[in-house]
Amino acid sequence: MTPDHTFDAVATAVAAHQHLPGALMPILHAVQDALGHIPADAVPSIAKALNLSTAEVHGVVTYYHHFRSAPAGRQVVQICRAESCQSMGGEQLWAHACVRLGLHGDHPGTTPDGAVTLEPVYCLGLCASSPAMVVDAKLHARMNIQKFDRLVAQAGSAA
Amino acid sequence: MIIYVPCDSAALAVGADEVALAVQAEADRRGLAIELRRNSSRGLFWLEPLVEVVTPAGRIAFGPVAEEDVASLFDAAWGASHPLHLGRPEDMPFLQKQERLTFARMGITRPLSLADYEAHEGFAGLRKALQLSPAEVVQQVLDSGLRGRGGAAFPAGIKWKTVAAAQAAQKYIVCNADEGDSGTYSDRMTMEGDPFMLIEGMAIAAVATGATQGYVYIRSEYPHAVATMRSAIELATAAGFLGEQMLGSAHSFHLHVRMAAGAYVCGEETAMLESLEGKRGIVRAKPPLPALSGLFGKPTVINNVITLASVPIILARGAAFYRNYGVGRSHGTLPIQLAGNILHGGLVEKAFGVTLRELMYDFGGGSASGRPIKAVQVGGPLGAYVPESQWDIPLDYEAYAAVGAVVGHGGIVVHDDRANMARLARYAMEFCAIESCGKCTPCRIGSTRGVEVIDRIRDGENRPQQVQLLRDLCDTMVHGSLCAMGGMTPFPVLSALNHYPQDFGLPV
Repeated sequence: MTPDHTFDAVATAVAAHQHLPGALMPILHAVQDALGHIPADAVPSIAKALNLSTAEVHGVVTYYHHFRSAPAGRQVVQICRAESCQSMGGEQLWAHACVRLGLHGDHPGTTPDGAVTLEPVYCLGLCASSPAMVVDAKLHARMNIQKFDRLVAQAGSAA
Repeated sequence: MIIYVPCDSAALAVGADEVALAVQAEADRRGLAIELRRNSSRGLFWLEPLVEVVTPAGRIAFGPVAEEDVASLFDAAWGASHPLHLGRPEDMPFLQKQERLTFARMGITRPLSLADYEAHEGFAGLRKALQLSPAEVVQQVLDSGLRGRGGAAFPAGIKWKTVAAAQAAQKYIVCNADEGDSGTYSDRMTMEGDPFMLIEGMAIAAVATGATQGYVYIRSEYPHAVATMRSAIELATAAGFLGEQMLGSAHSFHLHVRMAAGAYVCGEETAMLESLEGKRGIVRAKPPLPALSGLFGKPTVINNVITLASVPIILARGAAFYRNYGVGRSHGTLPIQLAGNILHGGLVEKAFGVTLRELMYDFGGGSASGRPIKAVQVGGPLGAYVPESQWDIPLDYEAYAAVGAVVGHGGIVVHDDRANMARLARYAMEFCAIESCGKCTPCRIGSTRGVEVIDRIRDGENRPQQVQLLRDLCDTMVHGSLCAMGGMTPFPVLSALNHYPQDFGLPV
């Protein structure tokens, strides 16, 4: 990602949302939607446009789990770790995912080859069909280890 | 032939889009003219994707339908001979035993069809509200006994009355759609499946209080709900149900969707206001009440999705109609969400007074694993674990409070006998540590200390002293936290400790 891309994405997001009351969150969403994350060098220009300090914008970006300060892997896998999914084997699914991707369960992050980012998520609202997960914005419920392997194998071959 | 395939997230997550494509492709291959409609979900999630065909005898359901079943369904002419044939949905016991008021349209209509909505009593409440004075609208909500369905159970009418009486150049209606509790999905179903109902409820709140701007704050984990609400607002505005001079009246109301960003604590109303204002979602001290100084410092009605969605039928049918459901001071119905280790998980709307045992066995059919049910968490991650001795208590705010439990948002997460309650208690503290906004010490630090103390109890390190320490810590969190995040995390922890001491290595 070149700084030009960042500059353009920020300019577009600011122009589209600057007039809104409480514009910061919509702008951050727009930047992340465009770039996949919110690069550190986007923060000062967003701050300037909204007449905020860089610290204020940085504080908001880092406060919310949804916003990324660094790019994700080519595939983003989110597994629900909340109570309902726990009651249906969600933790076993999480443990399996960590082993399969070679990631640590406490701070999973992205695989070294940049193929997959694994993240916990706390409830997808699919609690009657637990366990649930997301692969690149697509929802999957009634998950099990076999289905996980199929989806992640598909994901790997598509990348 | 008309064929319905739901578009609710829970149906999509088990392949509803693929089934819809297969149905269309198979019909094309056979040269059959069909009309494929994407409806909301009836909330019988173990049967999703639940496909329905329209017949002279009504809609006939089949489920759960996989892609590979589609050809055989056509072969069987969508008849009773097919093994997935379920008959008429309304004859199924799971639905027949319910009292669907708020969820009356769910699964029946198409989410973004204004015509479907109006054909099923849609906008009758708003039309009624526009014939009344604002004070009369507030009185209807007061008389209905409707209490906040988000968890706090505060009477909605009193909030509205406070905002209506406040003098300000700008007032707001904010819908808290940051449904973050595990085991809950009724807000998601409403926004994805019947978005005009929420819009109508918010418009009525605007009429009642004089607010002209509204926000729906939706969690980022619900992208389908965000998309559907945005489309629904556009459609409703274009048709005159929102915007300047709603339905030709003197009232104007402009509604906007804002996407949250994955902070559980933003379900707390003042943290949500901070987030809407573009700040970190840090809890505010109260007072001032949001009703007097809320969004951007202006008087603001903040209600949860189901609270606002319950308003249209109250206006349409009258306060007494709604009030007559329920028990004690818990009036009306609650969309209860059966979740976790349950055979028939789904949405059960019932009047207050139903028991957990009825919900889990008569509706839910027992555990999904077939093993004995050990514990049930009612009301989300901040709700108590309810042991079997309390499963016959009527679902009622006061009756639950009397045993240290909460009804909350009506989510019911079932755990079988393999659940380790000390581990779940530890998780409650861990979740609080992850999600604490950090403003107050009992929550920010207490949650981390709580994890450590529970670890020591589990390891058998000075167990009696550590249990006392955990109780003291919980006492500090309950009484010293600024909001429910720290103040209620002890509920699941202490209920696990009190009702399942053996899981902590303690004598029963």
